[in-house]
Amino acid sequence: MRLLAALLLLIAALPARAEEVVMGLSRTNVSITTDFDGSDILIFGAVKREAAIQRDPPLQVIVTVEGPLEPVTVWRKARKLGIWVNAEAVEIDSAPSFYAVATSAPWNETISAVEDLRHEVSIPRAIRSVGAPMDIMDSEAFTEALIRVRERQGLYRVEEDSVELRDSTLFDTSISMPANISEGRYLTRVLLTRGGKVVAEHDSEIQVGKVGLERWLFTLSRQMPLAYGLLSLAIAAIAGWGASAAFRAIRSG
Amino acid sequence: MQIYLPIAEVSVNVFLLFGLGGIVGVLSGMFGVGGGFLITPLLFFMGIPPAVAVATGANQIVASSISGVLAHFKRKTVDLRMGLVLLAGGLVGAALGVWIFNLLKEMGQVDLLVRLCYVVFLGIIGGLMFVESLNAIFKSRKGAAPKRRHHGWVHGLPFKMRFRTSGLYISAIPPVLVGFSVGVLAAIMGVGGGFIMVPAMIYLLGMPTKVVVGTSLFQIIFVSAFTTLLHASTNYTVDILLALILILGGVIGAQIGTAFGTRLKAEQLRIALASLVLLVCGKLALELFITPSELYELVAG
Repeated sequence: MRLLAALLLLIAALPARAEEVVMGLSRTNVSITTDFDGSDILIFGAVKREAAIQRDPPLQVIVTVEGPLEPVTVWRKARKLGIWVNAEAVEIDSAPSFYAVATSAPWNETISAVEDLRHEVSIPRAIRSVGAPMDIMDSEAFTEALIRVRERQGLYRVEEDSVELRDSTLFDTSISMPANISEGRYLTRVLLTRGGKVVAEHDSEIQVGKVGLERWLFTLSRQMPLAYGLLSLAIAAIAGWGASAAFRAIRSG
Repeated sequence: MQIYLPIAEVSVNVFLLFGLGGIVGVLSGMFGVGGGFLITPLLFFMGIPPAVAVATGANQIVASSISGVLAHFKRKTVDLRMGLVLLAGGLVGAALGVWIFNLLKEMGQVDLLVRLCYVVFLGIIGGLMFVESLNAIFKSRKGAAPKRRHHGWVHGLPFKMRFRTSGLYISAIPPVLVGFSVGVLAAIMGVGGGFIMVPAMIYLLGMPTKVVVGTSLFQIIFVSAFTTLLHASTNYTVDILLALILILGGVIGAQIGTAFGTRLKAEQLRIALASLVLLVCGKLALELFITPSELYELVAG
């Protein structure tokens, strides 16, 4: 009896451990250079399993790429004295600066609401803690606005059916990052789901950072702002003096 | 070709920026205006954050003013003493301006402040210029006698100083106040303020026209340099790369503009400039009055 129970337990536990995901990235570093105009990242991988492929319910893949979390203030305009001014603000404690989610099937078929909540997969779940002032009744409108504005800027994107899954084993997708992304560590996740439940997860990281001149100027402007200011003035002075000298040379020559 | 601006953190077309600097350079070469009042709002339209546009505009003005003032020094049309008095007021004004700017930035209202300043001042300047150049075109040149300026209250003030180059003996208070108000505007709007200071120097201080532009440029260099430093060290919004492209475009544009300006009819060019100023003003004003398509705005941090 005890042996049978142990065997049953082992079988029950098997599907959860039976499938593992291994992933790769076309690049783990995105360099923001002077001519940076966005970047495409290929995310690929395979499902590692010891048992035979379970067909029903079918295996689905979700890939997410999340940029650094940062606080955001969302302002709502209102008409005052005839002109539109920022009237009310809601501070969102932490929202990803970039968030892309790609799935291998329509959203509802890939993950259940409960699992979404638990693993923070969809965009609204990735935005955490909203502290609205007492007098604002519709704080959800501010979160929706944040998502809407960032979707329009290409910073938030949901791409259903964009993960290619072959024989429930090999998968790949491409995530494009726009030119206006910010620096930092980007968390890349691959979730395997079956019947809306997450059965395996794997995390990886992409480093996005300014390099070369961009890096140098940015660091200087933050760490030695006075030197940076003087440098910009020196450049302006040289350019101004140079222009006047060139002008004189053209006139006299 | 796109270029990524390290401070603005946006990617923009380098030729578009260069062209913008060039066009404003052409205008400044033709009319002797600094062009800050056009560059800053045009940068808004291109998607550069307003705070970066204002601070970088100030930096670009340093370059164009230096290039302009050198010629005036050669011709001895700079009243250094007056310039220093104006500057004293200007530095205090700029400091106050940057302080107001940062205060409103914290309150989320800096966009509104900058826009309102632009709508009001571009509206006034553009309107006056338009009417004046229309008059110049329609009225035959009768050679109207220059109006005699009368000082009145300016002469009753204490702290009188002698300004030899300008041939004036007046109180230091009005020039300090003129410098101060222009300094405030320079910090908030990212402009040199020549378009306000020049009329103020002629009509309020009674300075001879020939020394006005040189003296104004002299004080603008230092006020905008000071503004650049304050913006760079308090809110990190000066973008060197952006400034450099604008400056290069402006330098080339100014030479073309100067060559053009001597050949074309002044009145018609002034009408064109006035229309451009009113157009920019109109677009900014419309955005204030028309219901925006997106009522919400994001501010990082």
